Amino acid sequence: MSEDKNVVARYTTAARINHWITAVSLILLALSGMALFHPSLFFLTNLFGGGQATRAIHPWIGVVLAISFLGLFFRFFTLNFWKREDTVWMKNLGKVINNNEEGLPELGKYNAGQKLVFWGQSILILLLFGSGIVLWDVYFEDYTTIDQKRLAAVVHALCAIGAILIWIVHVYAAIWVKGTLRAMTRGSVTRGWSWKHHRKWFRQEVKKS
Amino acid sequence: MTNSWNDIKNTDLVLVMGGNAAEAHPCGFKWVVEAKANNGAKLIVVDPRFTRTAAVADVYAPIRPGTDIAFLSGVMRYLLGNNKIQQEYTKAYTNASYLVKAGYKFEDGLFSGFDEGRKAYVDRSGWDYEFDEQGMAKVDETLQDPRCVINLLKAHVERYTPEMVERICGTPKDKFLKICEMIGTTSTPDRTMTSMYALGWTQHTTGAQNIRSMAMIQLLLGNMGMPGGGVNALRGHSNVQGITDLALLSTSTPGYLVLPTEKETTFADYMKSRAFKPIRPGQTSFWQNYGKFFVSQQKSFFGAAATKDNDWAYDYLPKFDTGYDTLKIVDLMAAGQMTGLFCQGLNLMMAAPDKTKVQAGLSKLKWLVVIDPLETETARFWENHGEYNNVDPKAIQTEVIVLPTTTFAEDEGSATNSSRVIMWHWKAAEGPGEVRSDIEIMSDLFHRLKTAYAKDGGAFPDPILNLTWNYSNPRNPDPAEVLKEINGYAVEDVPDPADPSKLLLRAGQLLPNFGVMRDDGKTASGCWIYTGVYTEAGNMSMRRDASDPTGRGVFSNWGFAWPANRRVLYNRASADPNGKPWSERKKYVWWNGSRWTGPDVPDYAPTVAPDKAVGPFIMNPEGTARLFARTALPDGPFPEHYEPMDAYIANPLHPKVTTNPVVRVFAADAKAFGKPDKFPIVATSYRLTEHFHYWTKNAHTNAVLQPELFVEMGERLAKAKGVKDGDWVEVTSQRGSIKAKACVTKRLRPIMVDGKPCDVLGIPIHYGFVGLTRKAHPMNVLTPPVGDASVQTPEYKAFLVDVKKTTPPAQSPAVA
Amino acid sequence: MATMQSLDIRRRSASTEAPPQVRQSAIQVAKLIDVSKCIGCKACQAACLEWNDLKAPIGYTDGTYDNPTDLTPTSWTVMRFTEYERGDDLEWLIRKDGCMHCDDPGCLKACPAPGAIVQYTNGIVDFVSENCIGCGYCVKGCPFNVPRISKVDRKAYKCTLCVDRVSVGQAPACAKVCPTQAIYFGSKEDMIVHAEHRIADLKSRGFQKSGLYNPPGVGGTHVMYVLHHADQPSLYAGLPDDPRISPMVGFWKGVMKPLSLAAIAFAGVFGFLHYITKGPNEVSDTDERKADEMAKGKGA
Repeated sequence: MSEDKNVVARYTTAARINHWITAVSLILLALSGMALFHPSLFFLTNLFGGGQATRAIHPWIGVVLAISFLGLFFRFFTLNFWKREDTVWMKNLGKVINNNEEGLPELGKYNAGQKLVFWGQSILILLLFGSGIVLWDVYFEDYTTIDQKRLAAVVHALCAIGAILIWIVHVYAAIWVKGTLRAMTRGSVTRGWSWKHHRKWFRQEVKKS
Repeated sequence: MTNSWNDIKNTDLVLVMGGNAAEAHPCGFKWVVEAKANNGAKLIVVDPRFTRTAAVADVYAPIRPGTDIAFLSGVMRYLLGNNKIQQEYTKAYTNASYLVKAGYKFEDGLFSGFDEGRKAYVDRSGWDYEFDEQGMAKVDETLQDPRCVINLLKAHVERYTPEMVERICGTPKDKFLKICEMIGTTSTPDRTMTSMYALGWTQHTTGAQNIRSMAMIQLLLGNMGMPGGGVNALRGHSNVQGITDLALLSTSTPGYLVLPTEKETTFADYMKSRAFKPIRPGQTSFWQNYGKFFVSQQKSFFGAAATKDNDWAYDYLPKFDTGYDTLKIVDLMAAGQMTGLFCQGLNLMMAAPDKTKVQAGLSKLKWLVVIDPLETETARFWENHGEYNNVDPKAIQTEVIVLPTTTFAEDEGSATNSSRVIMWHWKAAEGPGEVRSDIEIMSDLFHRLKTAYAKDGGAFPDPILNLTWNYSNPRNPDPAEVLKEINGYAVEDVPDPADPSKLLLRAGQLLPNFGVMRDDGKTASGCWIYTGVYTEAGNMSMRRDASDPTGRGVFSNWGFAWPANRRVLYNRASADPNGKPWSERKKYVWWNGSRWTGPDVPDYAPTVAPDKAVGPFIMNPEGTARLFARTALPDGPFPEHYEPMDAYIANPLHPKVTTNPVVRVFAADAKAFGKPDKFPIVATSYRLTEHFHYWTKNAHTNAVLQPELFVEMGERLAKAKGVKDGDWVEVTSQRGSIKAKACVTKRLRPIMVDGKPCDVLGIPIHYGFVGLTRKAHPMNVLTPPVGDASVQTPEYKAFLVDVKKTTPPAQSPAVA
Repeated sequence: MATMQSLDIRRRSASTEAPPQVRQSAIQVAKLIDVSKCIGCKACQAACLEWNDLKAPIGYTDGTYDNPTDLTPTSWTVMRFTEYERGDDLEWLIRKDGCMHCDDPGCLKACPAPGAIVQYTNGIVDFVSENCIGCGYCVKGCPFNVPRISKVDRKAYKCTLCVDRVSVGQAPACAKVCPTQAIYFGSKEDMIVHAEHRIADLKSRGFQKSGLYNPPGVGGTHVMYVLHHADQPSLYAGLPDDPRISPMVGFWKGVMKPLSLAAIAFAGVFGFLHYITKGPNEVSDTDERKADEMAKGKGA
């Protein structure tokens, strides 16, 4: 437990840095990717120094994201295994959305939604990385056929949209569920927040202290 | 060309054999495509390789390299046997009906008069007509006499059955007969065939006879002098026709006049054998004017120093003992019998056969002068380029002087194309650095020689000291002045022969045509056939009038065609003996009741009526064309198939006389020829459209388009040798070996020769160890040092090799 | 290249604005390559290099007549040689490869950079290098595998149909030099008529299946072929039998674009509506108290 007896430590400094590197690179990738995806967003290339620069930088940011996300993955994957209570929670998603968490099972560090975000992004980033390599002509042009590149372009775009949608859910959840954001900014959450949303985890943390 | 490039569009059938027009003459080939697209013409290609020309042909037939005479003789047999000849034409315009002397014989591969020891037809007296008391050749208009030329020809070609053609040439019988049938369709007066050939016919020991065979076919078909007909030599350089006209051969002077032999010590001796009296009644025998052309030429060469009293400076001319062709020169060099050599516009190291011998010869010279716009292998023959030119520079003492010269685009002057059209070209750019034009270099050389002779005398300085050099800038003559000199001018006032009170030409006036030439020294002309190219009306070679009023492709006001601006030679033959066109469709030059008319310039005076029966072939004293060549060629009055010197098989017609019996083989080359037991593959050399000889390997774009030497081989051969596309192979002949990458192709199928499959290998000539293309072994390492029996054109097109898979050449060491 | 006026632009890559519409008079141009007249001399290749000031590198031979062996950023047209055995006879099919100038160009469709690829009103499809970002999407969009990205400047290159020449009334350099007039240039209408004459001639020579290659799958092309075997275009070094923009590219550059943006917008709007209707999920004082209790009771 934290020195401030009213809060519970949720993320280490390293974990938070890791998260924010991932977050920033994902946002940059989304901006540069969207710029090249839809003509009406091409103006976003100006953020990166123009079209050529955007095209050149995007895959390198992707490399940063992939490495960074790999860190997050190994940090958190054990905490994201699906449990019986997650299924129950999912069945009661309607109640959750209506801000009514009464009667739901106690949850560990992550709820089912968070776990889906985790696994969803893990799979999509893997696909994005793979298809991105195929599309990275500067270095890998000669290794695939044009038809494979075409498939990669479709996969890359679909996965990117998926990842952005998940990202929106992720960000909104942090805004909607008050007290969440500080977990990633300050590394800790309040006891009440922990008790309310992740009681099983809170119980374990209390025991530890 | 007897006809012209443009005229090809008039044809109904194109036979490309002994050439690869699409590949080597793509711009001229447009007229074939034109004939196909707009005249319904068919294209036949007969070639050892399925070429780029074959790619657009209607019919392709393979042939073993060096067997064209067998094929063409087979065609003649077919035409004669199936009555596919233009009877009336053949009778009127050829020597078909002439009676040949009883002394003429052909037995076991030899014509009468052969001397085994001297390897020559010493007694050729039998190769002639029977003459009557007036000196006229005897004829049998009924063509019944067995001694008639046509009957002797029939007997001669009787052996060339389709089966024999297949056995010798490897051309499948059905293909051969199909081609014969197509050719036969042009024996009707309303259809013509054109023959397009190039080095594929000339570069054989039977080169001249190859072409003669086609000329005979065209005569039998009545296709000479006709629009869309003719025998058309496709010349390889923009101006190689020009250099030929201006005395390419060492025994010629310009305009196909002949240099005296050492036996002709006096002018009278010389002229004795050049009387050219007609041997049929009423014939022109145009060479009767020989004296006029000769004297005018001497006046042109030596001006005032050529007088009647000194026989027009006859003694100034060298008298030759033997021909000094390229092969002879290389042989003399290799034997250490030459001191120095000028190579002007010639890359001898690449262009002469048997590179090893050439290299050895150049190494024995004291000095070598290379006059060329480009870097050549010849100028660098002494450099070590690894295995591409593995020589020891320290062991070579030859002093090499390179004089860089301008390219065609960096000076002005005239060039004569295959159509015999002389065209002026203008300077497009200044040459780089210190280059000088060939004219300037030669002028400088001349002045230095003249100064040396003037100062030191010498055995006979007169020809040099008295050479005419009347140019406004003697150090660098204006090419226009040179062309005027070639055209000719009146040395003094020339009276009108018809009315001596009148003046035909005033002194200094440019000659309007060769008809005004005189043998009394009043006219001068450097090359009689060019007369008319630069007249008082101006430089005719500069004319660029693209109008063609009749649509026949004549373009009379574009440049100037020798002779006399005639675009189709022997065009008198396009009309029947009465002067009527043979057919409306092929109407070209005809008698309109008072004169010869039509789009072209007629062969002789336009007012000579048909009833005078003057033949179209005015250069022959008989006025007709020769199916029987008399003594014009050293290897027989009729063509006969002989195997190439690297003989693939014993000659099936006469195994004891396999190769051309009168071929010149130098003593040094006695062991230069290969046998099929050691070299079982037939090879041929050729050009690629991406390159021009040995020049364009210096040009970036061309180097991009074909960067590297390869050899083409069929799939069967490649499989047998375990070779795939792009593998390195070593090709070996009796003369040496080269390495190259393999190009495995379906376009070179093995052909059945004498019952056995024969593999053919093709090697492009362009690559060497100098230039922008990948360094390569010059392929003339492989070719035999022997030439055509008549004119010594080297036999590049048929030789024997072996091939095996090998490793890439070692990187050649850096060159200083 | 972009040597035409903006008024002459019919389509512009990655642009949402409507192109100018007033200029309607432009003739649709076309280059007709008559394979049956082609002798493979590569004069067109040389002319292309010369006119466009391209200095292609000097390569090596791979044992074929194809040199350079493929289209490159500095070789915008190459001859492709195919040896085809038709029964007992051999045919050497020689096809000049290069940009087909599709009427419905896949490259333009795929291009994400505004104005990097344009189609002029005369039908010519042109790459505007200054706008090109080198992403290589045009390569994926092209049904003919034509554009090439330079390793030097990462820009895409291909045949421009010599738009700089055409816009001043000249034929493309390749058509100008072709010695056998295997390359014709003019209005597309005239080229189709000319092709009909050629096809009639070929049929008279026994090529019953000869025909014009003007594939409808890409809206027709402004480079067309007369083929002896129009029923089997793929004989000619893999000329596509029925080229069309890949369905994957169609999906990617078609419905996927608006749907994706819609999905993202929907997600955003959903969140916003959720927030203003349901409000934030807050931790109440009760929750805090219960949490404190639990902490004190050590999770009991």
